[in-house]
Amino acid sequence: MKVLVPVKRVIDYNVKVRVKSDSTGVDLANVKMSMNPFDEIAVEQAIRLKEAGQVEEIVAVSIGVEKNQETLRTALAMGADRAILVKAVDNVENDVEPLAVAKILKAIVDEEKPELVLLGKQAIDNDANATGQMLSAMLGWSQATFASKLDIADGAATVTREVDGGLQVIKVQMPAIVTVDLRLNEPRYASLPNIMKAKKKPMETKTPEDYGVDASPRLTVVKVSEPPERKAGVLVGSVEELVEKLKTEAGVI
Amino acid sequence: MAVLILADHDNENLNDQTAKSVTAAKAMGGDIHILCAGDGCNGVAQQAAKLDGVSKVLCASDPAYGHDLAEPLADLIVKLSGDYEHLVAGATTTGKNVMPRVAALLDSNMISDISAVESADTFERPIYAGNAMATVQSGDAKKVITVRGASFDATGDGGSAAVEEIDGAGNPGLSEWVEDKVVESERPELTSAKIVVSGGRGVGSKENFELIEKVADKLGAAIGASRAAVDSGYAPNDYQVGQTGKVVAPDLYVAVGISGAIQHLAGMKDSKVIVAINKDEEAPIFQVADYGLVADLFDAVPKLTDQV
Ligand SMILES: Cc1cc2nc3c(=O)[nH]c(=O)nc-3n(C[C@H](O)[C@H](O)[C@H](O)COP(=O)(O)OP(=O)(O)OC[C@H]3O[C@@H](n4cnc5c(N)ncnc54)[C@H](O)[C@@H]3O)c2cc1C
Ligand SMILES: Nc1ncnc2c1ncn2[C@@H]1O[C@H](COP(=O)(O)O)[C@@H](O)[C@H]1O
Repeated sequence: MKVLVPVKRVIDYNVKVRVKSDSTGVDLANVKMSMNPFDEIAVEQAIRLKEAGQVEEIVAVSIGVEKNQETLRTALAMGADRAILVKAVDNVENDVEPLAVAKILKAIVDEEKPELVLLGKQAIDNDANATGQMLSAMLGWSQATFASKLDIADGAATVTREVDGGLQVIKVQMPAIVTVDLRLNEPRYASLPNIMKAKKKPMETKTPEDYGVDASPRLTVVKVSEPPERKAGVLVGSVEELVEKLKTEAGVI
Repeated sequence: MAVLILADHDNENLNDQTAKSVTAAKAMGGDIHILCAGDGCNGVAQQAAKLDGVSKVLCASDPAYGHDLAEPLADLIVKLSGDYEHLVAGATTTGKNVMPRVAALLDSNMISDISAVESADTFERPIYAGNAMATVQSGDAKKVITVRGASFDATGDGGSAAVEEIDGAGNPGLSEWVEDKVVESERPELTSAKIVVSGGRGVGSKENFELIEKVADKLGAAIGASRAAVDSGYAPNDYQVGQTGKVVAPDLYVAVGISGAIQHLAGMKDSKVIVAINKDEEAPIFQVADYGLVADLFDAVPKLTDQV
């Protein structure tokens, strides 16, 4: 079985995000970029399936700017076998929308014919939580989102999903789209020798045009603004004082 | 044109989230219809019919819709989509699962987790864990939207919409439901509770989490948790509050042993009053807390339980 793992290059989750003063977006110049944390979990899961003998090949894909090859090298260093870079934009500030990403991924799936696509449940920059579901729809495949457990046997995947009321277990026919949640696994770090080896692994470079996809945006960003600011309040000296303030000043208990 | 809202329910009760989506839909313009898809969900359709501003409820009761599986639900919504300009659901795990599938089938981009409606085609949504607010305008003929419940008040009752039984759209049979692992609780639901008490890694163990339960029960509160507390097994996954968990905005949020990482703040910083109990006075949670108590939680929380 072949697995495709789409990995997005996003602002590192530890970086304090700053809105640009001209309200066109957030400041991405000279900030640390990393693989979307959920996608690390997806890569890790693919590697574990390979280690368990259920997967022969792991193909990582990233769509964005030239520099997304760094993210792909990370995936290769973790254990992916080869990579496809789709250069869709020149400027890192132009986020490629989930609909366009899904269309490009659909074309790649048609070519590569994986039996499983493992995506993150959400990109921590646009917080869309949409691409996997969209790709699944375009392919007419089954979908299992927010996975915290994944077992593959006899042409089907049994997936435990993290849902609002607790957990839901479903069984989906392969080929399938699975989007991964935080509790699925703990991703490994790439070792130095593997980072060196990854430099020699194959990476193709493509464009949306190669796949006949129009990646231009459907949503116009009118403006990006600061969220309403919250000010620090007061420190209280004791539980008694806290209860008193909640009763009389705040009136919430 | 009109708005179709996918009702969030468990075949018995309509979730509060639907009434919040109705409030958002009122600002989009046009008639508001609600789709109740489920298995034996006629009672839910009656509840939806009472919501103010709703003019019609479509009820599709079919075993295919009994467990919120995305494929059959998306097919049904697409089949009904002809009459609607806006297709809306709450940003619950069901809405997030189903609506992007609908969007792709209609060749629309997804407009996820909106926090405000500026006009019929322009919406505000948080990005980067709520560290920025994006106002986006959609050029798509059909706008597919999920609504952030914490940003909208629930619409009240007062309506008397007609309920129309409709046929399903078949089941592609790609997935099947196996089992729900749901912990029944008498406590209020996290996303609609007036008071939420959350515990973090500082609580230290599953056993110690009882401290949080006790004070929550005394306050009639729902219980939340940080990711660290869930990852460590102190609390179940559906307690997680944050960027990638639930978003809450209660009247009172009490954070106990939680440091206040941006990913956690993303899920609770719109609460009216925030209390933080943490032994580290440098913890970032104090920067957003209205009332901060620098204390050992094992000392402070039992006292709090006694005094409220
Ligand atoms: C992709 C991604 C998604 C994420 N999504 C979420 C999310 O949705 N929600 C979320 O919460 N996090 C999320 N996180 C994790 C987040 O970055 C933090 O790691 C997490 O919120 C920390 O949890 P915590 O505050 O409980 O733990 P810590 O940061 O370890 O804080 C524990 C706190 O407890 C205090 N403490 C310890 N002992 C005591 C005591 N006896 N008395 C009083 N105080 C004490 C300490 O001073 C400390 O401040 C996400 C991270 C990533 C990468
Ligand atoms: N530009 C991209 N390149 C590669 N994968 C992506 C890209 N955008 C989204 N994805 C995948 O889709 C998942 C969900 O992203 P989103 O729908 O944007 O929240 C991510 O975790 C990735 O696995």
